Amino acid sequence: MSDIAIREDFREILRLVRPGARVLDVGCGEGVLLDLLAHEKQVDARGLEISANGVAACMARGLSVVQGDADQDLDHFPDRSFDYAVLSQTLQATRNPRHVLDELLRIADRAIVSFPNFGHWRVRWSLLSRGRMPETKALPLPWWATPNIHLCTLADFMALTADLNLRVDACAAFAGNGPARSMNPTGALENWRTETCLFMLSRNGGVPSRELPTASGDLFDG
Amino acid sequence: MAALDLFTPVLSGGGTWRFPANEPLRLDSGGMIEGLEVGYQTYGTLNADKSNAVLICHALTGDQYVASPHPTTGKPGWWLRLIGPGKPLDPERHFIICSNVIGGCMGSTGPGSINPATGKAYGLTFPVITVPDMVRAQAMLVKALGIDTLFAVIGGSMGGMQAQQWAVDYPERVFSVVVLASASRHSAQNIAFHEVGRQAIMADPDWRGGAYAEQGVQPGKGLAVARMAAHITYLSEPALQRKFGRELKRDGLSWGFDADFQVESYLRHQGASFVDRFDANSYLYITRATDYFDIAAAHGGVLAKAFTRARDVRFCVLSFSSDWLYPTAESRHLVRALTAAGARAAFAEIESDKGHDAFLLDEPVMDAALEGFLASAERDRGLT
Repeated sequence: MSDIAIREDFREILRLVRPGARVLDVGCGEGVLLDLLAHEKQVDARGLEISANGVAACMARGLSVVQGDADQDLDHFPDRSFDYAVLSQTLQATRNPRHVLDELLRIADRAIVSFPNFGHWRVRWSLLSRGRMPETKALPLPWWATPNIHLCTLADFMALTADLNLRVDACAAFAGNGPARSMNPTGALENWRTETCLFMLSRNGGVPSRELPTASGDLFDG
Repeated sequence: MAALDLFTPVLSGGGTWRFPANEPLRLDSGGMIEGLEVGYQTYGTLNADKSNAVLICHALTGDQYVASPHPTTGKPGWWLRLIGPGKPLDPERHFIICSNVIGGCMGSTGPGSINPATGKAYGLTFPVITVPDMVRAQAMLVKALGIDTLFAVIGGSMGGMQAQQWAVDYPERVFSVVVLASASRHSAQNIAFHEVGRQAIMADPDWRGGAYAEQGVQPGKGLAVARMAAHITYLSEPALQRKFGRELKRDGLSWGFDADFQVESYLRHQGASFVDRFDANSYLYITRATDYFDIAAAHGGVLAKAFTRARDVRFCVLSFSSDWLYPTAESRHLVRALTAAGARAAFAEIESDKGHDAFLLDEPVMDAALEGFLASAERDRGLT
């Protein structure tokens, strides 16, 4: 993923988020998106970031960011603590993407999720013609260095959203460094032509409620 | 510590606040202290709307001389890294308060104080105190100074315990809380090390059942050993190795039990100099208070419940990767509880090989994180 692609990604997120909302950015890096959202949309910005340097950079910007990761730390947030939970280019790097997506839509009313589409024609062509793991603009690293352990295609993702009973409120496609393009995620050709996609999702029938993660009595035991 | 010369001492006020007998400190044990005295220092001036006050909570063997020379040792203030002109806490902008904990020996009522009922030092008749008791005394002082809401409560180690307790007991009286290298309860290992220290003191024949003061002696050897054992827990193995390795104090081994190794000599010095500035019974009482510390226990065993009233408090929690006294897992545990309670928390584990004491040392990443946190809290508080 290039810087340009991230910027387009962020621009689209900035467009989707309601001013003054409560936003959690999961995998917020050095807080670039949160900073943008805080300044442009006056959101109540919170973040979760795995790297210490990223968190320190966020704190130096005055952002409320907690060191942790999507797989382990989402469970500790109460139900519906946010209006939006953002997971930008990270879903494919989590250990349990299904659980992460489910958790995002427990703690927030809407999830904004972007990921590289493994069904893109360049990926397919690379695998078909060379028989090697694809290295593309959206997936630049060799298989042994990539953090992406759970890649999926647009069709795979749509199947998961159906399985989790999620509703697509908005979606956009990105290619290279171009601007966002609207798309129909179930359209016949989209799984071929979309390089990176971004979804805003909500849950059909609202958010199921859950107790605080304190079943074992003390969080020390958790 | 030549680096400390770089820091400018800060003009300070303070002294001893004496509470009238009709305003006793009520204790968790059920007892009370009448005629409570609290030794404290202040730096800077309280602004007109009283919104710029910061309370610094000191650690186990710390004191209120956070930014001015220690009256006994003459050493510069212990947190001039944080406090001073152009520093994250600036007496030009902030009114900084630091008070000696109750049970201490630097001006606040403790086991070495004279019991007004008997005219003699309390010794072991002093009631057992807790971290919430310490915080209750601080709250009395803060109120007496005319401050309704503190802009920040900041502490490392045992100071971090007090900072957490402030958010639990007085959430409406704190705007932000900084917890460094701390924990929400004492672990078995923490208690174990403290017990070694206490046994060393009580095994000293000059301890005299705690009544050493009236007999004109001091359990200096026991207190020194307690300090030596504790000091090891403040450092990491790599830090000790880097500083001393197997270096000898002089050429060749003594083939006896002198301090052959530099590390032995260093620990002996730490122990001996501690005795000059600290009271043995205070050490017993304050270590006991931290052993009893367990925030969750007072809230149905659920740490998150302790912070449900603190949703509007801004928290900054920092841990250090090589701190094995209060390891990162303890801070993470606190942060998860804060998150579960819906509080606004920032948390990072700082990479450092300096061990527990890192929070007092040169850690630029910690400085940047703290400065950013305090600066944004100041904006939210309308101080800048």
